[in-house]
Amino acid sequence: MTDSPTPVPPAAQVAPPEQTIDGMVVAPATFGEDSTVAAGLEVAVRSQWDYARRRFLRHRLAMIGFVGLVIIFGAGIFANWVAPYRPTDIDLNNILHAPAVAGQHYFGTDDTGRDYLSRVIYGIRTSLEVGVTVAFVSSIVGLIIGAIAGYYGGLIDNLLMRLTDLVLTLPALAVLLTAAALLGQGSQWRLTFILAGFFWTGIARVVRGVFLSLREKEYVEAAKASGAGDARIMFRHILPNTLGPIVVNATISVAAAIITEAALSFLGFGVNPLTTPSLGGLLSSAQANPQQWWLTIFPGLTIVLITLCVNFLGDGLRDALDPSQRRVRA
Amino acid sequence: MLTYIARRILYSIPVLFLSSFLSFVFVSYAGNPLGNLRSNPRIPANTLRLVAERNHLNDPVVLRYFYWLKDFVTDKMGKSLLTFQPIWPDVHRTILHTAQVVLIAECLAIILGVAVGIFSAIRQYSVFDYTFTSLSFLGYAMPTFWLGLLLQILFVDIYLKWHVRIFYTSGLNNIGQGTWSLDRLQHIALPVVTLCVVSFALYSRYMRASMLDVINSDYVRTARAKGVAEWRVVTRHVVRNALIPVVTVAALNLGGLLGGAIVTETIFTLDGFGYYFIQSLQNSDFYAVMAYLVVTSVIIILFNLIADVVYGYLDPRIRYD
Repeated sequence: MTDSPTPVPPAAQVAPPEQTIDGMVVAPATFGEDSTVAAGLEVAVRSQWDYARRRFLRHRLAMIGFVGLVIIFGAGIFANWVAPYRPTDIDLNNILHAPAVAGQHYFGTDDTGRDYLSRVIYGIRTSLEVGVTVAFVSSIVGLIIGAIAGYYGGLIDNLLMRLTDLVLTLPALAVLLTAAALLGQGSQWRLTFILAGFFWTGIARVVRGVFLSLREKEYVEAAKASGAGDARIMFRHILPNTLGPIVVNATISVAAAIITEAALSFLGFGVNPLTTPSLGGLLSSAQANPQQWWLTIFPGLTIVLITLCVNFLGDGLRDALDPSQRRVRA
Repeated sequence: MLTYIARRILYSIPVLFLSSFLSFVFVSYAGNPLGNLRSNPRIPANTLRLVAERNHLNDPVVLRYFYWLKDFVTDKMGKSLLTFQPIWPDVHRTILHTAQVVLIAECLAIILGVAVGIFSAIRQYSVFDYTFTSLSFLGYAMPTFWLGLLLQILFVDIYLKWHVRIFYTSGLNNIGQGTWSLDRLQHIALPVVTLCVVSFALYSRYMRASMLDVINSDYVRTARAKGVAEWRVVTRHVVRNALIPVVTVAALNLGGLLGGAIVTETIFTLDGFGYYFIQSLQNSDFYAVMAYLVVTSVIIILFNLIADVVYGYLDPRIRYD
């Protein structure tokens, strides 16, 4: 959480095995061989992003999360090629077939004989589309609102932040359900935008905070003095400083959006299960057949794996993108 | 402090007013409140017209909001547009059921989460720590509805295989059993466990992180340096201060859950506030939906306030003025 320098016990200073940040084990950040300089005085010039990339690549859990997501989301993106069947293919000879390698139904079949592996893979695609779009749209909206509130301050700030407070005091899931029931009508894209309408508040608050503290800095004043317009200062000079928290926040909100979409679909107010297989929708229809464990296990396990990987990745990104982490190699 | 509380309460009145107005506009533009009645061929058009007239459904939406608000405030949340029954008795009944389940689950989760958080932090990197840190990561990633479904499947299977009824997987009571009976416990055990696991993951993570923050602070080092016994350092200096953020999180979480654990209650068809909301929504019972939204907003605002006040009380460094 907080990155106050943790005192290292004397024994650990000799050979620091691991550094912990927020309970995560982080690989020690040491000098790479190329920078300890074989030739003598030359030191490789590294940008802030180089450091971030190196910290990220050395973060074990983050890499696990990253690879896991590439595999899971890759399957979703290339569902047309990866899935053994089409998700709507009905095989009435193989109804509620248990998972077996022999019958080519690795995850079994559902109550109309549709291959469950294919349905889960297409479900991943739906989740991925919803999650990524929600994260993207809500980040942009939150960014703009937070930037305007933080940069201009005063009345505008007050109004925008009261709006944010208002959204935060609403019972989120209930309002989402109401909105999804009344406006969503089973359409995946409507649902995505309804979700995005609730996810921007977190980003807006973070961005506003950074803008509030940075707009008083000397370099902003210098930019103003040299005649830069408001938009240029906001997006060219201050915005890059907020990218770290935004990226981390967006990553985490992919998982949050996927879980929320699954919950809505599970309760029957999400994506129309007849046209689009979604992980929550699969779990919802699995309730009709509690005896067939595979119908519940596989979609749920997929959601858990996605969430775990996204959380790992988010933690790694947070550690990597925090410039104060440089003290580790000082 | 008192002026702070008073100001917060006064400030929340316009917020509630605005949020209920927005919800009302939104709900009333999105669907016809008499849609269900209209699709019933046995109700003559004349009756419908009368019903619409009596409930001011032909007036502009702003006026309708004030009619609704008047009923809501003076007539105990008004009457349903679907059944024409008063809403309050339903709200009263279901919210008590929710409170029973949620309070039991949260008490368990806080006790277990705090205990595990303390030991994880004291024995950092031990097997215990790694086990529970991983478990809480898993619990954190686990969607409530999946956990609930798994428990349900498990106990349905146990019943079908061995014909023993340990826990019921749906409902609230068998006929003729009361609020505090063994039968009720058997019914609410699974929802309680579901809610408890999710909250436990949250609390143990928070407690561990906050313990580690405090353990490394200057005043703890000072206490150790002046020779205070280790257990006394932990119980007096560390745990007490580490609890502060956890109390805040618990208050916020409790507020969210008391407004109805929608998903959990729906899975176990528990007659709670969240399940009442889902049913009202499915039936397009808009005034019941409005009642739910307003009540939960009040609860959330109230618990936000409680969290802030408790935080200020426990941590004298925080001052509200």
